[in-house]
Amino acid sequence: MTQAVDLPSAPTTIRPDILTSRQWNDLQALATSLSAAQALWVSGYLFALGGVSRGAVLDEPSPGIASATAAPVRTLTILYGSETGNSAALARTLADRAGALGLPASAIDMAEYMPRRLKDADDVLLITSTHGDGDPPQPAASFFEFLEGPKAPRLSDLRYAVLALGDSSYEHFCEAGKRLDRRLEALGAARLHERIDCDVDFDAPASSWTDAVLATLASSASPTSVAAGRDGRVAVAPAAVVVDRQHPLTATVVGNLVLTGRGSTKETRHVELSFPEGGLTFTPGDALGVVVRNDPQVVDQLIECLALSGDTPVTLAKRTTTLADALTSDYEIATVTPRFIDVWTEVTGADDLRRLTTTEGAAERAALIRTHHVIDLVERYRAPGISAETLLKALRPLTRRLYSIASSLSAVPDEVHLTVSVVRYTLHGRERTGVASGHLADRCATGETLPVYVQANPHFRLPHDDVPILMIGAGTGVAPYRAFLQEREARGAAGRSWLVFGERHFRTDFLYQVEWQDLLKRGVLTRMDVAFSRDAADKVYVQHRLVEQARAVFDWLEDGAHVYVCGDATRMAPDVDEALVTIVECAGGRDRDAAVEYVHTLQQSHRYQRDVY
Amino acid sequence: MLTPHAAVDRRHDLSQPLEALSPDETLKASSRQLRGTIATGLLDRITGAVPGTGPKLLKFHGVYQQDDRDLRDERRRQKLEPAYMFMIRVRLPGGVCTPAQWLKLDELARAHGRETLRITTRQTIQFHWVLKHHLRATIQGLHDVLLDTIAACGDDTRGVMCSVNPDVSPLHAEIYDWAKRASEHATWKSRAYHEIWYGDERVASSEPEEPFYGRSYMPRKFKIGFVLPPSNDIDIYAQDLGFIAIEEDGRLVGFNVVIGGGMGRTDSAPHTYPRLASPIGYVPVDRVMPVIDAVMSVQRDFGDRADRAHARFKYTIDDKGLDWIVGEIEARLGQSFAPARLFHFTSNADAVGWVHGRDGHDHLTLFIENGRVVNGETAIMDGLRALARVHTGTFRLTPNQNLIVSGVTPEARPMIDAIVREHGLLALNDRSGLRLNAMACVALPTCGLAMAESERYLPSLLTKLEASLARHGLERQPITIRMSGCPNGCSRPYIAEIALTGRALGKYNLYLGGGAHGERLNRMYLENAGEPAILSALDGLFARYAVEHLPGERIGDFAVRAGYVTPVTEGRHFND
Repeated sequence: MTQAVDLPSAPTTIRPDILTSRQWNDLQALATSLSAAQALWVSGYLFALGGVSRGAVLDEPSPGIASATAAPVRTLTILYGSETGNSAALARTLADRAGALGLPASAIDMAEYMPRRLKDADDVLLITSTHGDGDPPQPAASFFEFLEGPKAPRLSDLRYAVLALGDSSYEHFCEAGKRLDRRLEALGAARLHERIDCDVDFDAPASSWTDAVLATLASSASPTSVAAGRDGRVAVAPAAVVVDRQHPLTATVVGNLVLTGRGSTKETRHVELSFPEGGLTFTPGDALGVVVRNDPQVVDQLIECLALSGDTPVTLAKRTTTLADALTSDYEIATVTPRFIDVWTEVTGADDLRRLTTTEGAAERAALIRTHHVIDLVERYRAPGISAETLLKALRPLTRRLYSIASSLSAVPDEVHLTVSVVRYTLHGRERTGVASGHLADRCATGETLPVYVQANPHFRLPHDDVPILMIGAGTGVAPYRAFLQEREARGAAGRSWLVFGERHFRTDFLYQVEWQDLLKRGVLTRMDVAFSRDAADKVYVQHRLVEQARAVFDWLEDGAHVYVCGDATRMAPDVDEALVTIVECAGGRDRDAAVEYVHTLQQSHRYQRDVY
Repeated sequence: MLTPHAAVDRRHDLSQPLEALSPDETLKASSRQLRGTIATGLLDRITGAVPGTGPKLLKFHGVYQQDDRDLRDERRRQKLEPAYMFMIRVRLPGGVCTPAQWLKLDELARAHGRETLRITTRQTIQFHWVLKHHLRATIQGLHDVLLDTIAACGDDTRGVMCSVNPDVSPLHAEIYDWAKRASEHATWKSRAYHEIWYGDERVASSEPEEPFYGRSYMPRKFKIGFVLPPSNDIDIYAQDLGFIAIEEDGRLVGFNVVIGGGMGRTDSAPHTYPRLASPIGYVPVDRVMPVIDAVMSVQRDFGDRADRAHARFKYTIDDKGLDWIVGEIEARLGQSFAPARLFHFTSNADAVGWVHGRDGHDHLTLFIENGRVVNGETAIMDGLRALARVHTGTFRLTPNQNLIVSGVTPEARPMIDAIVREHGLLALNDRSGLRLNAMACVALPTCGLAMAESERYLPSLLTKLEASLARHGLERQPITIRMSGCPNGCSRPYIAEIALTGRALGKYNLYLGGGAHGERLNRMYLENAGEPAILSALDGLFARYAVEHLPGERIGDFAVRAGYVTPVTEGRHFND
């Protein structure tokens, strides 16, 4: 696997003359951070760039001059949090005055600003009012939450100043502004000017703050001071690692929230994982493999029920560990398998079980498997004196779980998001939880780590940017579409998009509702239809919405749209398939056979892709 | 254009181009007479709200878009939009409704309104918690019993109020009739309502749809009320236009007219203030409609349309001068007002319990705490439904958010008595003098304006105050106390003897010294105070009042005399 780095020349520690020392350092830092596959890709990328676009850089007469002329001008960002409009008005005045001084900036509402962009900002001026008990303005709540939360990036290159508006008759006067000021300082940002706290008569203090801040910015807008903050950013990349099924990467949970609203019959979660820069690469449509562990309580129950000791050493294929650890991390301890029944029949000699191992007992055995967990059988058919080895022999290895990735690296670098439907039910009087979803729901709080890897899904891919897409999904099947649309927005793709989403209740189960609304507003999503099956007496599903709009669906197909179906494989996918045939029949004026053929051709030409489970 | 009023400042009124006025003016003018995009917004499945300009126009239709503020933050994190829902306010002039109408209100509330109804401080009924896809069904249901929600909110004439005075029933019938006619006369006329809610076809016509309102409606809400002394239950001085009934030998002969009352103000905006209506003279009974037209048209033409916080009639009057305004009204009316006649108010409260009316019928006033009709500790909702099933008179909703079972015949009295006892409704009246005279607006979690709790909090605060009153032997002393979750004042706080308006969660301004029959504004005593400070201040006041008060002296008067606050003589000095 060293082939990739061998390509340009043998690895060397000596700087070739053609590169400046700075370029050399950067290149070395990059090279050590790349996996073999990445290195190969980068070499091709640089080769393809050729001399044309790089010419200007190569022609630089000397490193010194190159870095001086390439020094970026610092950008100015003005952010406001406003509920009644005062902060907004001040921010606009500030922007106008900055522009007049040759410092172009526009005033941006914190509600509209992606706070992670602060990482790439240079100078930021913030104006916010305070409401209620020291709270930020309602529209800025998400901005504050991000900035004050664990995901806030280090901002050591940032310079900032805060203007706080408030009302001194409140106990927590100007608290929102104070919070911003404190937090930005804690994140390593440098204060351009002291914060000013304004009372209800804010005009005079606000204007003196504006004067002072603009004076500071104008005086520091020289290239030398500007270049200083930008050095050394590349060097923090981690060492190269290969990430795959066998070598998962440890990701950190940075967000884990319930998407379903109060009163929902479901628990669907949004899980955000972060990983070191460049640690994972994936394309919208891919899945994330998650290495989960069993519920320690279930492990304890099992060990206790069998009168074993959790500390018993056991030898596995690759390591020696304790029984408790093996049951937690290596074996499936919930689902009953035929192998388990076989071994358990041996161990217990139970006639009930033996009967099931015969051909006539097959149906009954299948039913038993469906309706029982390992712990239920272990309790019913006692196995006194069983050894740890025998127990493990009865169990199958714990499998990894795959989740469709719900984010795009282009929009959210260094993070991967999942949409997880949590399985909870009661069986034989005991609360049960799905192994993977339970792990993600109950044992993956913010800060916990989770081994993950990418599972490519080449059969679920976005088409070219200008091709229309029709995305159909129910429940968590909507996850890859979030990645699709993030990607399309980041790429500025021009193709139309139509999302058809189904769930049970509008009020509580409209997963990512606000995000879809924003995408619609921004025109990234062209059209959206929803089907909530339990809001009215007659159950409406995604296929009904499609058929209702047969004409439009058929027009999109004729326009070359790619169709995606994601979610439930047993009911939704065949129902949607049937709906598509019906649509081609009705709106396309085809007979049944021709319509089936039409849909079949879509599939053949990869314009009809499914990710169902 | 030179008019006789060339000297009057017209920089902010209807004469100006829309660009020079508040954005709401453009919105109204371009709404195609209140149609806007409401109809398509109702069909949008992606949101539980009515998008765009929908919410502002909906108000004219008596519908407020709100969201469950208890869930707002939680849902934001969940990437769900706010839990949108709607408040529907019925147009019910004078608060009179029939048992059949009550049964329908009850049925609709159980189906679409989370099994609760609210009696408002303007004598009508509000549904809360109605989802968008139930709006049409609810409004059509109201239509079945000849009720509508037209102009229950918005920049138009709101629900017209009228005293309840159960003991003087024949006169009540007469002024109720005026209130009803005034409401019919002054509400907007566009067919938008019928098209959007009933699905009526749009009818082409060359006639203007709004002969009075035009395209721009009023600058702001406009409130009309009729009062029958000696009760000032409707708080006549809080109305934009008030008619005080003048009686001669048991007959209604005319009205004293008062103009320019209003409660709303904004904290930290000294140019906003509550104001009591000014008396401007007397008119005979047949001049009611011309007076309404003249007064409303003056406000329509001269009201401030640039600054909505300064758009109520009270500011127009104070800006232009009362004399000038009266002159303009008289010019439009084509006659002068006669000097005001003598009358006498005694209270703005309700007397709970049974009274025998001059009409020979009995009337039962039931105390409904904060107007909340719900099956709680007492199954008020079930009880009122049981009454409505057998009652042959009417129900009257009072401005103090109570309910009168009105027109009970001597034969029906035992049956009504049995039902109210069986459902525990009569026991509701057995409350302290403070609680019986308390009002709270709805506030959290449904009202978008609330900064603090009101309806959900006042009852528990009263329990603590009752303990304090008991210590000073004042349990039965009538004391008006009113709470609002924001400074806008839906519970008419600024004319209460004691008032609290919300500033932030758990924080209130405390006002003292209002007049017990609505004749004097109160003044701020504590700013931004928490419960301990409020309890301690009021305990001190109760203690002094108990020993120092003059015979018959009310606690609001005492607070002024004892120097707790200086009296407010005019609204514009409220913030001094």
